[in-house]
Amino acid sequence: MKLRRRQRERLSLWLQYLAFIALIAVVIYAADWDRLRAAFFRVDIIKSMFPTIITVALRNTILYTLGAFAFGLVFGTILALMRLSRVAPYRWVATAYIELFRGLPALLVLFLVGYGIPIAFPEREIPGGVFGSIAIGLGLTAAAYMAETIRAGIQAVPKGQMEAARTLGMSHFTAMRTIVIPQAFRIVIPPLTNELILLTKDSSLAYVLGVTAQTIEVTKFGRDMLNDRVNATPLLVAGLAYLVITLPLSQVVRRLELRYAKAR
Amino acid sequence: MTTTQPRPAVEIRDLHKSFGPLEVLKGIDFEVGHGEVVCVIGPSGSGKSTLLRCVNLLEEPTAGKIWVDGTEVTDPDVEIDSVRRGIGMVFQSFNLFPHLTVLDNLTIAQRRVLRRGRGEAERIARDNLERVGLTDKAAAFPAQLSGGQQQRAAIARSLSMEPKLMLFDEPTSALDPELVGDVLTVMRKLAEDGMTMMVVTHEMAFARDVADRVVFMDGGVVVEQGPPQEVLGAPQHERTRSFLSRVLDPTHVAQLGQPDRAPEPPEAPRLSVDDRHNL
Repeated sequence: MKLRRRQRERLSLWLQYLAFIALIAVVIYAADWDRLRAAFFRVDIIKSMFPTIITVALRNTILYTLGAFAFGLVFGTILALMRLSRVAPYRWVATAYIELFRGLPALLVLFLVGYGIPIAFPEREIPGGVFGSIAIGLGLTAAAYMAETIRAGIQAVPKGQMEAARTLGMSHFTAMRTIVIPQAFRIVIPPLTNELILLTKDSSLAYVLGVTAQTIEVTKFGRDMLNDRVNATPLLVAGLAYLVITLPLSQVVRRLELRYAKAR
Repeated sequence: MTTTQPRPAVEIRDLHKSFGPLEVLKGIDFEVGHGEVVCVIGPSGSGKSTLLRCVNLLEEPTAGKIWVDGTEVTDPDVEIDSVRRGIGMVFQSFNLFPHLTVLDNLTIAQRRVLRRGRGEAERIARDNLERVGLTDKAAAFPAQLSGGQQQRAAIARSLSMEPKLMLFDEPTSALDPELVGDVLTVMRKLAEDGMTMMVVTHEMAFARDVADRVVFMDGGVVVEQGPPQEVLGAPQHERTRSFLSRVLDPTHVAQLGQPDRAPEPPEAPRLSVDDRHNL
């Protein structure tokens, strides 16, 4: 019997649904749910994590991320402008910095900032304590990545924009600040969102600085609870806590892009 | 006020411009009087856009001197930003700022460069939008406008800086045919109001009806110039005649291609990546 085209397509579709459902069924059937629940989903442990995981740990994760992102964004923009500068030494310094800090693990940089700076400048303290150290330590690495993204964004703005601005009598700096960079940032919103999400997770590296009960963030909080209760449930909750940040963030960015699409 | 000044609005002496080995302008001498409308015509690659872009130093001349309103713009120490304030420029591709509304496009330079207050800047912007027939588009973004509306907004943006000289670089070449008339009408009114204008264009009807003088360029030199009825009506040079016949009667071109001319010079001169925004 020869099937017609639409029948063939419908059959193929149903076969794929069936395979998918079968796979899920096998996983559900084969897994030992009682043991899983005992290891990862102890309701009493979940309850004991609240509200601290929100009021302290999640709050700190967000603060560290925003601090590092803000530092990285400002510093990254400066690096991007240096890479595009007419002044050759600026370009060399920026290029060297970017190559160096993209190549170093964020953990190492954080460690160097957290312990190296206090040794180098014993009289001074990094403003903001642990928060400042993390913002700078993670921000230094993030800046290297963001600099390249922002540079690409600036170069993606058509040359005619700068020409039009200069023709109206704006200085190079004013044209850059009011015309080119605002457009560049609209272009690089998606890759910068990536960077923000990566930073959210990198904030878990804060533990190398020896965080306290007040400065603890989500991952460290989960791991401490894990050791305390000898149960993996806190890790599951910690993982979900990150999604509480990243999923709405993606949604916000999507809105933002839609709004800017009009002004492109 | 400007008519009493002894120097012409634009004065160009022995202007040369090369892009690498390619010599685009080969010694241009040229003047534009106050209130005069000069149309520059010529085949693509003849250097007419480059000439225009040299006047406000978007291109740096290789040799020669240019004065605008008595100020030498080719002086290495010239305050170019303040010179450019007095020179409006309209581009083929409009170059409105897409992230700003039409009104903000018209006010941003007034506020940042001329330091006008918001109220004054907006009043001047709205006056100029009215002048180009876009009163109802103040709140729109450029992407929401047609090409013709965008170009008229771009003209209004330039006018908001109250320039003494307006440069037009093929302002209608990127427009759909039915939108060309709106832009040309705005330009004609501007000419009638006494604006000094240098217009690079392929619109022969505009040159004929509006220009005080037509300049025909080919191969980096001015081949001939004069009143439109002479240059367009009774051209003296063979090159002018063959160009006009190609433009005015494009379905009866005598010889396909133009073997006597070098291949087209690059439309946008190659800038190194690092120079892109360092005008």
